[in-house]
Amino acid sequence: MIDRDELLHVARLARLALHEDELETTAAELSSILGHVAAIDQLDLDGVEPTAHIGDVSDSLRADQPRPSLAREVALAPAPAVRDDGFLVPSPQGE
Amino acid sequence: MASDIGALSAAAAAAAIADGGLARDELFEHYRARAAADQLNAFTWVAEAEPGAVDGPLGGVPLAVKDLFCTEGIPSQAGSKILAGYCPPYTATAVANLEAAGAPLLGKTNQDEFAMGSSNENSAYGPVLNPWDHGRVPGGSSGGSAAAVAGGLAPWALGTDTGGSIRQPAALCGIVGLKPTYGAVSRYGMIAFASSLDSAGPLTRDVTDAALCYRHLVGRDSADATSVAFPEPIEIPSSERLDGVKLAVPTALVEGEGIEPGVRASFEAALETARGLGATIISCEIPSAPYALSAYYVIAPAEASSNLSRFDGVRYGLRVEQAHLDEMYTETRHDGFGAEVKRRILIGTYALSSGYYDAYYGRAQRVRTVVAQDLASIFEQADLIVTPTSPTVAFGLGERTADPLSMYLSDLFTIPMSLAGTPAISIPSGLSEGLPVGLQICGPAFSENRILSAAHALEQAIGFDGSVTWGSD
Repeated sequence: MIDRDELLHVARLARLALHEDELETTAAELSSILGHVAAIDQLDLDGVEPTAHIGDVSDSLRADQPRPSLAREVALAPAPAVRDDGFLVPSPQGE
Repeated sequence: MASDIGALSAAAAAAAIADGGLARDELFEHYRARAAADQLNAFTWVAEAEPGAVDGPLGGVPLAVKDLFCTEGIPSQAGSKILAGYCPPYTATAVANLEAAGAPLLGKTNQDEFAMGSSNENSAYGPVLNPWDHGRVPGGSSGGSAAAVAGGLAPWALGTDTGGSIRQPAALCGIVGLKPTYGAVSRYGMIAFASSLDSAGPLTRDVTDAALCYRHLVGRDSADATSVAFPEPIEIPSSERLDGVKLAVPTALVEGEGIEPGVRASFEAALETARGLGATIISCEIPSAPYALSAYYVIAPAEASSNLSRFDGVRYGLRVEQAHLDEMYTETRHDGFGAEVKRRILIGTYALSSGYYDAYYGRAQRVRTVVAQDLASIFEQADLIVTPTSPTVAFGLGERTADPLSMYLSDLFTIPMSLAGTPAISIPSGLSEGLPVGLQICGPAFSENRILSAAHALEQAIGFDGSVTWGSD
Protein backbone atom coordinates (compact mmCIF):
# COMPACT_ATOMS: atom_id res chain seq x y z
CA MET A 1 0.00 0.00 0.00
CA ILE A 2 2.96 2.30 0.74
CA ASP A 3 5.73 2.17 -1.85
CA ARG A 4 9.32 3.23 -1.58
CA ASP A 5 8.82 6.76 -2.92
CA GLU A 6 5.85 7.43 -0.69
CA LEU A 7 7.74 6.13 2.34
CA LEU A 8 10.69 8.38 1.62
CA HIS A 9 8.33 11.34 1.23
CA VAL A 10 6.67 10.66 4.61
CA ALA A 11 10.06 10.12 6.30
CA ARG A 12 11.17 13.44 4.85
CA LEU A 13 8.08 15.17 6.31
CA ALA A 14 8.85 13.56 9.69
CA ARG A 15 12.55 14.58 9.52
CA LEU A 16 13.43 10.94 10.11
CA ALA A 17 16.32 9.37 8.21
CA LEU A 18 15.65 5.88 6.84
CA HIS A 19 18.67 3.95 5.65
CA GLU A 20 18.59 1.86 2.50
CA ASP A 21 18.43 -1.48 4.35
CA GLU A 22 15.39 -0.33 6.37
CA LEU A 23 13.11 0.69 3.52
CA GLU A 24 11.63 -2.65 2.51
CA THR A 25 10.71 -3.86 6.02
CA THR A 26 9.37 -0.47 7.07
CA ALA A 27 7.17 -0.16 3.98
CA ALA A 28 5.75 -3.66 4.60
CA GLU A 29 5.04 -2.95 8.29
CA LEU A 30 3.36 0.37 7.56
CA SER A 31 1.25 -1.19 4.80
CA SER A 32 0.10 -3.90 7.19
CA ILE A 33 -0.90 -1.36 9.85
CA LEU A 34 -2.63 0.90 7.33
CA GLY A 35 -4.51 -2.11 5.98
CA HIS A 36 -5.82 -2.75 9.48
CA VAL A 37 -6.81 0.84 10.24
CA ALA A 38 -8.62 1.03 6.88
CA ALA A 39 -11.44 -0.81 8.70
CA ILE A 40 -12.76 2.61 9.71
CA ASP A 41 -13.90 3.00 6.09
CA GLN A 42 -16.66 0.49 6.78
CA LEU A 43 -18.45 2.58 9.37
CA ASP A 44 -21.21 4.95 8.26
CA LEU A 45 -20.09 8.34 9.54
CA ASP A 46 -22.50 10.58 7.66
CA GLY A 47 -23.41 13.58 9.77
CA VAL A 48 -21.02 12.63 12.61
CA GLU A 49 -18.94 15.49 13.97
CA PRO A 50 -15.24 14.87 14.70
CA THR A 51 -13.96 14.80 18.29
CA ALA A 52 -10.54 16.40 18.71
CA HIS A 53 -10.75 16.66 22.45
CA ILE A 54 -12.91 15.28 25.26
CA GLY A 55 -14.27 17.74 27.78
CA ASP A 56 -14.75 21.47 27.90
CA VAL A 57 -11.65 23.64 27.68
CA SER A 58 -13.39 26.76 26.43
CA ASP A 59 -12.42 29.00 29.36
CA SER A 60 -8.85 27.84 29.74
CA LEU A 61 -6.92 30.98 28.82
CA ARG A 62 -4.98 32.64 31.60
CA ALA A 63 -4.39 36.37 31.85
CA ASP A 64 -1.76 37.57 29.38
CA GLN A 65 0.72 38.71 32.01
CA PRO A 66 4.45 37.95 32.33
CA ARG A 67 5.38 35.57 35.15
CA PRO A 68 8.56 33.86 36.33
CA SER A 69 9.94 31.15 34.07
CA LEU A 70 13.08 29.02 33.81
CA ALA A 71 16.31 30.99 34.03
CA ARG A 72 18.21 31.08 30.73
CA GLU A 73 21.16 29.05 32.05
CA VAL A 74 18.81 26.41 33.44
CA ALA A 75 17.03 26.07 30.09
CA LEU A 76 20.35 25.86 28.24
CA ALA A 77 21.96 23.36 30.64
CA PRO A 78 20.67 20.12 29.01
CA ALA A 79 21.48 21.27 25.44
CA PRO A 80 24.04 19.29 23.41
CA ALA A 81 25.73 22.52 22.26
CA VAL A 82 25.48 26.13 23.45
CA ARG A 83 27.19 29.34 22.42
CA ASP A 84 26.82 32.64 24.22
CA ASP A 85 23.16 32.80 25.28
CA GLY A 86 21.67 30.41 22.75
CA PHE A 87 21.39 26.86 21.42
CA LEU A 88 24.14 26.13 18.91
CA VAL A 89 23.17 24.22 15.74
CA PRO A 90 25.01 23.35 12.52
CA SER A 91 24.50 25.61 9.52
CA PRO A 92 21.34 25.07 7.44
CA GLN A 93 23.57 25.33 4.37
CA GLY A 94 26.19 22.89 5.64
CA GLU A 95 29.83 23.77 6.19
CA MET B 1 8.75 -5.44 62.23
CA ALA B 2 11.32 -5.59 59.41
CA SER B 3 10.21 -8.98 58.10
CA ASP B 4 6.57 -7.86 58.03
CA ILE B 5 7.08 -4.49 56.35
CA GLY B 6 6.71 -5.91 52.88
CA ALA B 7 3.36 -7.45 53.78
CA LEU B 8 1.77 -4.05 54.49
CA SER B 9 -0.35 -2.31 51.87
CA ALA B 10 0.51 1.36 51.32
CA ALA B 11 -2.50 2.43 53.40
CA ALA B 12 -1.54 0.00 56.20
CA ALA B 13 2.07 1.24 56.13
CA ALA B 14 0.91 4.85 56.34
CA ALA B 15 -1.30 3.93 59.31
CA ALA B 16 1.57 2.07 61.02
CA ILE B 17 3.80 5.12 60.65
CA ALA B 18 1.05 7.41 61.95
CA ASP B 19 0.55 5.35 65.12
CA GLY B 20 4.28 4.97 65.76
CA GLY B 21 4.54 1.24 65.04
CA LEU B 22 6.79 1.78 62.03
CA ALA B 23 9.56 4.29 61.35
CA ARG B 24 9.44 6.08 58.00
CA ASP B 25 13.15 5.64 57.36
CA GLU B 26 12.84 1.91 58.06
CA LEU B 27 10.01 1.67 55.51
CA PHE B 28 11.91 3.68 52.90
CA GLU B 29 15.08 1.63 53.39
CA HIS B 30 13.14 -1.65 53.08
CA TYR B 31 11.90 -0.66 49.60
CA ARG B 32 15.07 1.18 48.60
CA ALA B 33 17.14 -1.95 49.25
CA ARG B 34 14.67 -4.13 47.34
CA ALA B 35 14.50 -1.71 44.41
CA ALA B 36 18.31 -1.43 44.30
CA ALA B 37 18.53 -5.25 44.11
CA ASP B 38 15.87 -5.32 41.35
CA GLN B 39 16.00 -8.58 39.34
CA LEU B 40 13.06 -7.58 37.10
CA ASN B 41 14.67 -4.56 35.38
CA ALA B 42 11.67 -2.62 36.69
CA PHE B 43 13.72 0.41 37.76
CA THR B 44 15.85 2.75 35.67
CA TRP B 45 16.89 4.86 38.68
CA VAL B 46 16.69 4.28 42.46
CA ALA B 47 17.12 6.90 45.20
CA GLU B 48 20.28 6.58 47.29
CA ALA B 49 18.61 7.89 50.42
CA GLU B 50 15.22 9.12 51.54
CA PRO B 51 14.55 12.61 50.16
CA GLY B 52 13.73 15.37 52.63
CA ALA B 53 10.83 14.40 54.89
CA VAL B 54 7.43 15.88 54.10
CA ASP B 55 4.68 15.18 56.61
CA GLY B 56 1.39 14.44 54.97
CA PRO B 57 -1.55 12.06 54.71
CA LEU B 58 0.45 9.59 52.59
CA GLY B 59 2.58 9.02 55.67
CA GLY B 60 6.01 8.72 54.07
CA VAL B 61 5.11 5.68 51.96
CA PRO B 62 7.63 5.71 49.08
CA LEU B 63 6.47 6.05 45.48
CA ALA B 64 7.83 4.57 42.24
CA VAL B 65 7.28 6.83 39.24
CA LYS B 66 7.15 5.95 35.55
CA ASP B 67 10.20 7.25 33.74
CA LEU B 68 8.24 9.68 31.52
CA PHE B 69 7.30 11.93 34.44
CA CYS B 70 9.76 14.80 34.70
CA THR B 71 11.55 14.83 38.05
CA GLU B 72 13.86 17.76 38.72
CA GLY B 73 17.54 16.79 38.57
CA ILE B 74 16.72 13.08 38.26
CA PRO B 75 16.95 11.10 34.99
CA SER B 76 13.65 11.21 33.07
CA GLN B 77 14.22 9.32 29.84
CA ALA B 78 10.75 8.06 28.83
CA GLY B 79 12.33 4.70 28.03
CA SER B 80 14.13 6.29 25.06
CA LYS B 81 17.74 6.48 23.99
CA ILE B 82 17.04 9.96 22.62
CA LEU B 83 16.66 11.17 26.25
CA ALA B 84 19.51 9.12 27.74
CA GLY B 85 20.73 10.86 30.90
CA TYR B 86 18.28 13.77 30.55
CA CYS B 87 17.60 15.45 33.91
CA PRO B 88 14.73 17.96 33.64
CA PRO B 89 14.75 21.35 35.36
CA TYR B 90 11.30 20.85 36.91
CA THR B 91 8.97 18.19 38.36
CA ALA B 92 5.64 17.01 36.94
CA THR B 93 2.57 18.20 38.85
CA ALA B 94 1.31 14.65 39.51
CA VAL B 95 4.61 13.71 41.17
CA ALA B 96 4.84 17.02 43.04
CA ASN B 97 1.28 16.56 44.37
CA LEU B 98 2.08 13.11 45.78
CA GLU B 99 5.40 14.29 47.23
CA ALA B 100 3.61 17.20 48.89
CA ALA B 101 1.07 14.74 50.35
CA GLY B 102 3.92 12.78 51.94
CA ALA B 103 5.00 10.15 49.37
CA PRO B 104 8.79 10.46 48.78
CA LEU B 105 10.27 9.43 45.43
CA LEU B 106 11.72 5.90 45.60
CA GLY B 107 12.76 5.53 41.97
CA LYS B 108 11.91 5.82 38.29
CA THR B 109 10.44 2.84 36.48
CA ASN B 110 11.12 1.28 33.11
CA GLN B 111 8.52 1.62 30.35
CA ASP B 112 7.93 1.16 26.65
CA GLU B 113 9.64 4.00 24.79
CA PHE B 114 7.41 7.10 24.96
CA ALA B 115 4.66 4.78 26.31
CA MET B 116 4.26 3.07 22.93
CA GLY B 117 3.77 -0.62 23.56
CA SER B 118 1.88 -3.28 25.45
CA SER B 119 4.77 -5.47 26.66
CA ASN B 120 7.55 -3.15 27.86
CA GLU B 121 9.78 -4.72 25.21
CA ASN B 122 10.05 -1.38 23.39
CA SER B 123 12.24 0.15 26.11
CA ALA B 124 15.75 1.30 25.19
CA TYR B 125 16.71 0.11 28.69
CA GLY B 126 15.75 -3.54 28.17
CA PRO B 127 12.59 -5.53 28.83
CA VAL B 128 10.95 -5.83 32.26
CA LEU B 129 10.23 -9.32 33.58
CA ASN B 130 6.84 -10.35 34.96
CA PRO B 131 7.21 -11.25 38.67
CA TRP B 132 4.77 -14.16 38.20
CA ASP B 133 6.97 -15.74 35.50
CA HIS B 134 10.29 -14.24 34.49
CA GLY B 135 9.90 -15.63 30.98
CA ARG B 136 6.86 -13.44 30.37
CA VAL B 137 6.18 -9.75 29.81
CA PRO B 138 4.64 -7.54 32.52
CA GLY B 139 2.46 -5.74 29.94
CA GLY B 140 2.97 -2.13 29.03
CA SER B 141 3.57 0.57 28.65
CA SER B 142 3.72 1.08 32.46
CA GLY B 143 5.40 -2.33 32.79
CA GLY B 144 8.11 -1.24 35.21
CA SER B 145 5.58 0.37 37.54
CA ALA B 146 3.37 -2.74 37.49
CA ALA B 147 6.25 -5.17 38.00
CA ALA B 148 7.73 -3.04 40.81
CA VAL B 149 4.44 -3.11 42.75
CA ALA B 150 3.65 -6.76 42.02
CA GLY B 151 7.23 -7.80 42.81
CA GLY B 152 7.23 -6.03 46.19
CA LEU B 153 9.90 -3.55 45.07
CA ALA B 154 7.59 -0.56 45.66
CA PRO B 155 4.43 -0.18 47.74
CA TRP B 156 2.74 1.73 44.93
CA ALA B 157 3.57 3.43 41.67
CA LEU B 158 2.52 6.12 39.24
CA GLY B 159 1.87 5.21 35.61
CA THR B 160 0.21 6.63 32.52
CA ASP B 161 -2.54 5.25 30.33
CA THR B 162 -3.08 6.36 26.72
CA GLY B 163 -4.79 3.24 25.30
CA GLY B 164 -4.54 0.86 28.26
CA SER B 165 -1.01 1.40 29.59
CA ILE B 166 -2.02 1.36 33.28
CA ARG B 167 -4.85 -1.18 33.12
CA GLN B 168 -3.22 -3.87 30.95
CA PRO B 169 0.08 -4.17 32.89
CA ALA B 170 -1.88 -4.09 36.16
CA ALA B 171 -3.96 -7.01 34.84
CA LEU B 172 -0.94 -8.98 33.63
CA CYS B 173 0.87 -8.48 36.97
CA GLY B 174 -2.10 -9.19 39.29
CA ILE B 175 -2.47 -5.71 40.78
CA VAL B 176 -4.87 -2.75 40.64
CA GLY B 177 -4.55 0.04 38.05
CA LEU B 178 -6.79 3.09 37.68
CA LYS B 179 -7.08 5.16 34.50
CA PRO B 180 -8.77 8.42 35.46
CA THR B 181 -11.29 10.57 33.65
CA TYR B 182 -9.38 12.55 31.02
CA GLY B 183 -8.23 15.83 32.54
CA ALA B 184 -8.76 14.83 36.19
CA VAL B 185 -4.99 14.62 36.72
CA SER B 186 -2.61 17.27 35.38
CA ARG B 187 -0.41 16.26 32.43
CA TYR B 188 2.11 19.02 33.18
CA GLY B 189 5.59 17.47 33.14
CA MET B 190 4.49 14.20 31.57
CA ILE B 191 6.58 13.66 28.43
CA ALA B 192 3.72 13.64 25.93
CA PHE B 193 2.65 10.72 23.72
CA ALA B 194 -0.91 11.51 22.56
CA SER B 195 -2.09 14.61 24.36
CA SER B 196 -5.84 14.12 23.91
CA LEU B 197 -5.62 10.62 25.45
CA ASP B 198 -2.74 10.64 28.01
CA SER B 199 -3.85 10.15 31.64
CA ALA B 200 -1.78 9.64 34.80
CA GLY B 201 -2.96 7.24 37.50
CA PRO B 202 -1.95 4.85 40.29
CA LEU B 203 -0.84 1.20 40.19
CA THR B 204 -1.34 -0.39 43.61
CA ARG B 205 -1.73 -3.67 45.49
CA ASP B 206 -5.38 -3.06 46.28
CA VAL B 207 -8.34 -0.77 45.62
CA THR B 208 -8.00 1.12 48.91
CA ASP B 209 -4.42 2.10 48.03
CA ALA B 210 -5.60 3.24 44.58
CA ALA B 211 -8.23 5.52 46.17
CA LEU B 212 -5.74 6.87 48.73
CA CYS B 213 -3.21 7.74 46.03
CA TYR B 214 -5.79 9.04 43.57
CA ARG B 215 -7.41 11.50 46.00
CA HIS B 216 -4.06 13.38 46.08
CA LEU B 217 -3.52 13.22 42.33
CA VAL B 218 -6.67 14.93 41.10
CA GLY B 219 -7.14 18.64 40.65
CA ARG B 220 -7.10 21.57 38.27
CA ASP B 221 -3.57 22.76 37.46
CA SER B 222 -3.00 26.17 35.94
CA ALA B 223 -0.01 24.67 34.07
CA ASP B 224 -2.29 22.24 32.16
CA ALA B 225 -5.13 23.99 30.33
CA THR B 226 -6.93 20.66 29.77
CA SER B 227 -7.02 19.77 33.48
CA VAL B 228 -10.30 20.09 35.36
CA ALA B 229 -11.31 20.25 39.02
CA PHE B 230 -12.73 16.93 40.24
CA PRO B 231 -16.36 17.65 41.20
CA GLU B 232 -16.26 15.76 44.54
CA PRO B 233 -13.72 14.40 47.03
CA ILE B 234 -12.34 10.92 46.30
CA GLU B 235 -13.63 8.61 49.04
CA ILE B 236 -11.80 5.65 50.55
CA PRO B 237 -14.12 2.78 49.52
CA SER B 238 -15.72 0.53 52.13
CA SER B 239 -18.59 -1.11 50.25
CA GLU B 240 -18.85 -4.89 50.43
CA ARG B 241 -22.10 -5.20 48.44
CA LEU B 242 -23.32 -4.35 44.95
CA ASP B 243 -27.04 -4.16 45.75
CA GLY B 244 -28.88 -2.08 43.16
CA VAL B 245 -25.79 -1.78 40.94
CA LYS B 246 -26.42 -2.55 37.27
CA LEU B 247 -23.40 -3.89 35.37
CA ALA B 248 -23.40 -4.02 31.56
CA VAL B 249 -21.41 -6.66 29.66
CA PRO B 250 -20.63 -5.89 25.99
CA THR B 251 -21.52 -9.42 24.90
CA ALA B 252 -20.29 -9.47 21.32
CA LEU B 253 -16.98 -7.96 22.35
CA VAL B 254 -16.22 -10.35 25.21
CA GLU B 255 -17.39 -13.38 23.24
CA GLY B 256 -15.31 -12.46 20.22
CA GLU B 257 -12.28 -14.23 18.82
CA GLY B 258 -8.86 -14.00 20.40
CA ILE B 259 -10.00 -14.19 24.01
CA GLU B 260 -8.34 -17.00 25.90
CA PRO B 261 -10.72 -19.54 27.47
CA GLY B 262 -9.09 -19.06 30.88
CA VAL B 263 -9.62 -15.30 30.70
CA ARG B 264 -13.28 -15.83 29.75
CA ALA B 265 -13.75 -18.32 32.58
CA SER B 266 -12.29 -15.90 35.14
CA PHE B 267 -14.53 -13.13 33.78
CA GLU B 268 -17.64 -15.35 34.00
CA ALA B 269 -16.73 -16.27 37.59
CA ALA B 270 -16.37 -12.56 38.45
CA LEU B 271 -19.86 -11.93 37.02
CA GLU B 272 -21.23 -14.72 39.24
CA THR B 273 -19.49 -13.14 42.23
CA ALA B 274 -21.05 -9.79 41.33
CA ARG B 275 -24.51 -11.38 41.14
CA GLY B 276 -23.91 -12.91 44.56
CA LEU B 277 -23.16 -9.44 45.92
CA GLY B 278 -26.51 -8.17 44.63
CA ALA B 279 -25.57 -6.73 41.25
CA THR B 280 -27.79 -7.00 38.19
CA ILE B 281 -25.97 -8.02 35.00
CA ILE B 282 -27.32 -6.87 31.65
CA SER B 283 -26.07 -7.41 28.13
CA CYS B 284 -25.06 -4.45 25.99
CA GLU B 285 -23.23 -3.75 22.75
CA ILE B 286 -20.49 -1.30 21.80
CA PRO B 287 -21.12 -1.46 18.03
CA SER B 288 -18.16 0.81 17.32
CA ALA B 289 -15.68 -1.27 19.37
CA PRO B 290 -14.13 -3.07 16.38
CA TYR B 291 -13.45 0.32 14.80
CA ALA B 292 -12.19 1.92 18.00
CA LEU B 293 -8.88 0.05 17.77
CA SER B 294 -8.35 1.26 14.20
CA ALA B 295 -9.29 4.83 15.10
CA TYR B 296 -6.91 4.75 18.05
CA TYR B 297 -4.04 3.57 15.88
CA VAL B 298 -4.58 6.64 13.70
CA ILE B 299 -5.24 9.27 16.39
CA ALA B 300 -2.49 8.27 18.83
CA PRO B 301 0.29 8.09 16.19
CA ALA B 302 -0.94 11.34 14.62
CA GLU B 303 -0.64 13.17 17.93
CA ALA B 304 2.65 11.41 18.68
CA SER B 305 4.15 12.45 15.35
CA SER B 306 3.48 16.06 16.34
CA ASN B 307 4.57 15.74 20.00
CA LEU B 308 7.79 13.90 19.18
CA SER B 309 8.91 16.53 16.69
CA ARG B 310 10.46 18.30 19.70
CA PHE B 311 13.23 15.70 19.83
CA ASP B 312 15.56 17.23 17.29
CA GLY B 313 18.99 17.30 18.95
CA VAL B 314 18.81 21.02 19.71
CA ARG B 315 17.60 21.65 23.26
CA TYR B 316 18.12 18.36 25.12
CA GLY B 317 18.94 14.72 24.63
CA LEU B 318 20.91 12.97 21.94
CA ARG B 319 22.56 14.79 19.03
CA VAL B 320 24.19 12.98 16.13
CA GLU B 321 26.73 15.48 14.82
CA GLN B 322 26.37 16.38 11.14
CA ALA B 323 27.68 19.32 9.15
CA HIS B 324 24.22 20.20 7.84
CA LEU B 325 21.34 21.17 10.17
CA ASP B 326 18.75 19.08 8.37
CA GLU B 327 20.96 16.00 8.45
CA MET B 328 21.58 16.56 12.16
CA TYR B 329 17.81 16.43 12.72
CA THR B 330 17.17 13.36 10.62
CA GLU B 331 20.16 11.30 11.80
CA THR B 332 19.57 12.21 15.46
CA ARG B 333 16.01 10.97 15.16
CA HIS B 334 17.12 7.89 13.23
CA ASP B 335 19.58 6.84 15.93
CA GLY B 336 17.62 8.09 18.95
CA PHE B 337 14.20 6.51 18.36
CA GLY B 338 13.43 2.80 18.51
CA ALA B 339 11.57 0.81 15.85
CA GLU B 340 8.04 1.10 17.26
CA VAL B 341 8.37 4.85 17.85
CA LYS B 342 9.56 5.32 14.27
CA ARG B 343 6.65 3.25 12.95
CA ARG B 344 4.17 5.43 14.83
CA ILE B 345 5.82 8.68 13.78
CA LEU B 346 5.62 7.55 10.15
CA ILE B 347 2.01 6.33 10.42
CA GLY B 348 1.02 9.55 12.15
CA THR B 349 2.80 11.75 9.65
CA TYR B 350 1.21 9.81 6.79
CA ALA B 351 -2.28 10.12 8.33
CA LEU B 352 -1.87 13.87 8.74
CA SER B 353 -0.32 14.49 5.34
CA SER B 354 -2.01 16.30 2.49
CA GLY B 355 -4.34 14.00 0.58
CA TYR B 356 -4.77 11.49 3.44
CA TYR B 357 -5.89 13.72 6.31
CA ASP B 358 -9.64 13.33 5.72
CA ALA B 359 -9.47 9.62 4.97
CA TYR B 360 -7.50 8.75 8.09
CA TYR B 361 -7.33 11.40 10.80
CA GLY B 362 -10.65 13.05 9.98
CA ARG B 363 -12.51 9.72 9.90
CA ALA B 364 -10.78 8.50 13.05
CA GLN B 365 -11.91 11.59 14.93
CA ARG B 366 -15.48 10.91 13.84
CA VAL B 367 -15.21 7.27 14.94
CA ARG B 368 -14.12 8.70 18.29
CA THR B 369 -17.40 10.60 18.50
CA VAL B 370 -19.36 7.41 17.80
CA VAL B 371 -17.42 5.45 20.45
CA ALA B 372 -18.16 8.12 23.06
CA GLN B 373 -21.85 8.07 22.04
CA ASP B 374 -21.98 4.27 22.27
CA LEU B 375 -20.61 4.32 25.82
CA ALA B 376 -22.89 7.20 26.84
CA SER B 377 -25.97 5.31 25.67
CA ILE B 378 -24.94 2.26 27.72
CA PHE B 379 -24.54 4.44 30.81
CA GLU B 380 -28.18 5.51 30.36
CA GLN B 381 -29.18 1.91 31.11
CA ALA B 382 -26.41 0.70 33.41
CA ASP B 383 -24.16 2.08 36.14
CA LEU B 384 -20.93 0.48 35.00
CA ILE B 385 -19.51 -1.57 32.12
CA VAL B 386 -17.43 -4.66 32.90
CA THR B 387 -15.06 -6.54 30.59
CA PRO B 388 -11.88 -8.53 30.93
CA THR B 389 -8.98 -6.03 30.91
CA SER B 390 -6.85 -7.98 28.43
CA PRO B 391 -7.87 -10.78 26.06
CA THR B 392 -4.91 -12.86 27.25
CA VAL B 393 -2.75 -13.45 30.29
CA ALA B 394 0.90 -12.34 30.21
CA PHE B 395 2.54 -13.62 27.01
CA GLY B 396 6.10 -14.80 26.56
CA LEU B 397 9.00 -12.40 26.02
CA GLY B 398 9.58 -12.02 22.29
CA GLU B 399 6.33 -13.77 21.38
CA ARG B 400 4.70 -10.78 19.68
CA THR B 401 7.58 -8.48 18.78
CA ALA B 402 7.75 -9.69 15.18
CA ASP B 403 4.18 -8.59 14.44
CA PRO B 404 3.24 -5.07 15.61
CA LEU B 405 -0.45 -5.70 14.83
CA SER B 406 -0.70 -8.69 17.19
CA MET B 407 0.67 -6.44 19.95
CA TYR B 408 -1.97 -3.79 19.21
CA LEU B 409 -4.76 -6.33 19.82
CA SER B 410 -3.80 -6.39 23.52
CA ASP B 411 -5.65 -3.09 23.81
CA LEU B 412 -9.00 -4.27 22.41
CA PHE B 413 -10.95 -3.82 25.67
CA THR B 414 -9.17 -0.75 27.01
CA ILE B 415 -9.19 1.57 23.99
CA PRO B 416 -12.91 2.50 23.84
CA MET B 417 -12.64 4.14 27.29
CA SER B 418 -9.47 5.97 26.28
CA LEU B 419 -11.16 7.44 23.20
CA ALA B 420 -14.21 8.43 25.27
CA GLY B 421 -12.07 9.90 28.06
CA THR B 422 -13.97 7.88 30.67
CA PRO B 423 -12.45 6.30 33.80
CA ALA B 424 -11.78 2.58 34.27
CA ILE B 425 -10.04 0.35 36.77
CA SER B 426 -8.47 -3.09 36.45
CA ILE B 427 -8.55 -5.41 39.43
CA PRO B 428 -7.38 -9.04 39.63
CA SER B 429 -10.24 -11.49 39.04
CA GLY B 430 -8.25 -14.69 39.51
CA LEU B 431 -5.70 -16.89 37.79
CA SER B 432 -5.60 -18.71 34.47
CA GLU B 433 -2.85 -21.30 34.13
CA GLY B 434 -1.17 -19.77 37.17
CA LEU B 435 -1.14 -16.23 35.75
CA PRO B 436 -3.29 -13.27 36.81
CA VAL B 437 -6.40 -12.16 34.90
CA GLY B 438 -7.74 -8.60 35.14
CA LEU B 439 -11.34 -7.42 35.38
CA GLN B 440 -12.05 -3.97 33.94
CA ILE B 441 -14.78 -1.80 35.50
CA CYS B 442 -15.68 1.42 33.67
CA GLY B 443 -18.07 4.27 34.34
CA PRO B 444 -19.02 7.65 32.93
CA ALA B 445 -16.75 10.69 33.34
CA PHE B 446 -16.02 11.56 36.99
CA SER B 447 -17.58 8.32 38.33
CA GLU B 448 -14.32 7.24 40.01
CA ASN B 449 -15.97 6.98 43.44
CA ARG B 450 -18.59 4.57 42.08
CA ILE B 451 -15.94 2.57 40.23
CA LEU B 452 -13.71 2.34 43.30
CA SER B 453 -16.66 1.35 45.48
CA ALA B 454 -17.73 -1.49 43.13
CA ALA B 455 -14.10 -2.56 42.69
CA HIS B 456 -13.67 -2.72 46.46
CA ALA B 457 -16.75 -4.90 46.94
CA LEU B 458 -15.63 -7.28 44.20
CA GLU B 459 -12.04 -7.32 45.47
CA GLN B 460 -13.21 -8.36 48.94
CA ALA B 461 -15.41 -11.14 47.55
CA ILE B 462 -12.85 -12.42 45.03
CA GLY B 463 -10.08 -12.57 47.63
CA PHE B 464 -7.21 -12.62 45.14
CA ASP B 465 -3.85 -13.29 46.83
CA GLY B 466 -1.10 -11.20 45.27
CA SER B 467 1.35 -11.82 48.10
CA VAL B 468 2.57 -14.77 46.04
CA THR B 469 4.82 -12.31 44.21
CA TRP B 470 5.28 -9.33 46.52
CA GLY B 471 6.09 -11.62 49.46
CA SER B 472 8.88 -13.40 47.58
CA ASP B 473 12.40 -12.53 46.48
